[in-house]
Formats: sequence, structure tokens, C-alpha cells
Amino acid sequence: MSQQEIEVILARHLAEYLAMPIFLVNPNGDLIFYNEPAEAVLGTRYSETGAMPASVWSTIFHPIDHEGKPIPPEELPLVIALTQHCPAHKIFWIRGLDGAMREIEVTAFPLIGQADRFLGGIAIFWEITTK
Amino acid sequence: MKVTFWGTRGSLASPSPETVRYGGNTSCVAVVGSEGTMIILDAGTGIRNLGQSLPADLKRVHILLTHLHMDHIQGLPFFAPLRRRGVEFHIWGPASTTLSLNARLQKYLSPPLFPVSVRDLSADLHFHELPAHLIEIGEFSINAQLIIHPNPTLGYRIACAKSVVTYIPDHEPALSNRVYPFEKEWTSGYDLAKGADLLIHDAQFTDEEYQYCVGFGHSTIRDAFRFAELTGVKQLVPFHYNPSYSDDDLDRMFDEALTELHPTYKMTPSREGLSLDVV
Repeated sequence: MSQQEIEVILARHLAEYLAMPIFLVNPNGDLIFYNEPAEAVLGTRYSETGAMPASVWSTIFHPIDHEGKPIPPEELPLVIALTQHCPAHKIFWIRGLDGAMREIEVTAFPLIGQADRFLGGIAIFWEITTK
Repeated sequence: MKVTFWGTRGSLASPSPETVRYGGNTSCVAVVGSEGTMIILDAGTGIRNLGQSLPADLKRVHILLTHLHMDHIQGLPFFAPLRRRGVEFHIWGPASTTLSLNARLQKYLSPPLFPVSVRDLSADLHFHELPAHLIEIGEFSINAQLIIHPNPTLGYRIACAKSVVTYIPDHEPALSNRVYPFEKEWTSGYDLAKGADLLIHDAQFTDEEYQYCVGFGHSTIRDAFRFAELTGVKQLVPFHYNPSYSDDDLDRMFDEALTELHPTYKMTPSREGLSLDVV
């Protein structure tokens, strides 16, 4: 496997040091990393799942809206960031791989590197514990 | 390929009786291919002596800048071929999101920092921004990639028919890694250096100094050794020495690193005037 782009390497290193859950995907939408705080929300460890194709991560956590309706992948913030190259934000529910339902608030943005290279996207999310 | 070192020092030129063996000039390396094509890697103060060694009828020059920190461009206006009419001059360097390469170089090559501006130079100047594509210069195929160092900075992988030289003079691949070396996929510079016949790599700090210099964009001597091991190169040439190190300091540091790490590759410290044939 060839080396990741330098901006992606730096993004992963930053994510490893931050206390906010972070999800990092490549230009194809494939999950390439999530940090330890994200593991707590997703209910699984990165060392267990490894990288994941977009078709898997966009459905495996069963995202649903406040009425319990499934959210199609194209309406997820990270998919919008990847396909439309713009920031996106949404509050919704997911079922972690540990079976727990969690309400999360997600902000996603595209990762644009030097010389306008499109390198993927980043989602930062928070679990909503009180309203 | 023949690789000749004209400046091996980092950060600041440091001529003194204590630095005569490894040299006091800042980064500049010349690479000449089997068909005679020459490329120049960085334009630190060492490029002045290189310019004086070149023939007067030189027609074309390629300078590949890794980045625009002063120790890599300070010698540029003192490079004699730049003041000759009829010389075709190609300067390659990292792209920026704001200013062109020419405009960024003019920040240095203009008053009040310098009395001569870029437009006053006689050579026929061409600027090229990277990374963009695989560069073909004469018999060389050159891959430029961004690496970890403050401000956009490139490393170069220079290949010809029989050999590969990798040049990463300013590089902190250990930055933020809790364990280093880390996975190859997540290591800055890995694709540039993988399996190279010769790796010229940053070796600026001791382990003790690095504790106070994390994020400055440089490697320890030991991390340079570890990077060479990870990338499977055949020969490591430590480079970009801290200006405060004397020749005796460097001798001792290399001896200690060799004793501790037992590299599986050949290690040849860079020094001004050193020429290596890479086959």
C-alpha cells in the first residue's frame, strides 16, 4: 500500500491528539481512520474494524432521524462534504456496533490540500447527552 | 548518477575552523546523470561555489527548491550563471495557495532585503510549481511530494535508468508519532525514499535537543537512521546539520548512532566536496 498524502497524515496525527471524535475518509469516501474518542461513540475500535468502504460505514451505524426514519447516505454530512465539496452539519441518531443508540451532532468538511488537491473529508462529531 | 555536496549545513551558514571538514555552507547538492544533465537541489550558500565551478558556456540550469526558507535560497543571487545572458534557467519549487513561486522569491530578491531584484537578473528565467506531475529533465524522472516541514515543503525522488536518489533535507517524520517509526502507509516521505539507492536526509538534532524543538520540522540523527531502515534504502547520507555542531561533535554523534542502531545499510555522512557515484 502506498503512503497517504501528507495532509492526511497530519490530519490523522491531529485527530489522535484531540479529545473530539473524528472520522477521516479518503476521496472515494472510504474510511481510513477514526480516533479513540470516536471509538466510544461508534461502539467499536479502529484496530478491530480497520478501513471501511463508504458503502459499509454509511449504513453499518444505521443512521436515523428524530422520527426514526433511515437517513440515506447522500444526506449524511460527510457524504455531502465529499460529493459537494462543502461543509455540512446534521443532528441524528446512530446505532453503535455495541448496540447502543446515540444521538450525535456532526460537522463535516472536505479536505483540500496544497495546489487544490481534493484529499477526502473529515467529520467531527459530538454525542448529545442532554438537551 | 554523480552526486556532489556543495552545502551540507542547516539553518545558517557556519564557517569556522571547527566546521571545515563537514562544511559551513547551507544546502546545495548537484546531481549529474550519465548523459551529462545536471540538476541542482536547493540554493543555499553552497550554490555560490558550485556556480564558479560550472563552464562559461552553460546553456541550461535546473534548480529544484524544496522550500523557500532562507537556508535553501540565500545563495541564489550569488549563483554566477543567473547573471549571464542566454542561460535558460528553470526554478522548480512548491506551490502556494496565495502567491506564485516567482512572487515569493521576490520577497527576498528585492529591496530592502537585497539590492538586486529578479527582473534585474540576465538569465532567461522560468518558474515551475510543484507537486504537479512527474517531471522529466533530460535522463531524469523526478517525483516531488509534500513532506512534513513547516510551510509547504517538497522532497524529491530522482530516478534514472539504473538508480534512484532521494533528497529530503528538511523533514520531521516523527512529528506527533507516539511510536516512531510508525506504519509505512502513515509515514511522511515513505514513497519518496522507498528502496532508494541513496537517501539524503535531515539529521539536524540530537535526541536531547529534539525535546525542545518538536514541530520545528527536523529529524534527530537517530530518527534519520530509523527512517532509512523503514524505507529500505541502500545508503543513507545524513544532511542539514545544526550550525552549532563542530566536526568533532558530528564525528561523535555518528559513532554513537552507528554503535546503537547497527544499520543494515551503508551510512556516509555528507560533507562539502564529497562526491558519490550512485549506480
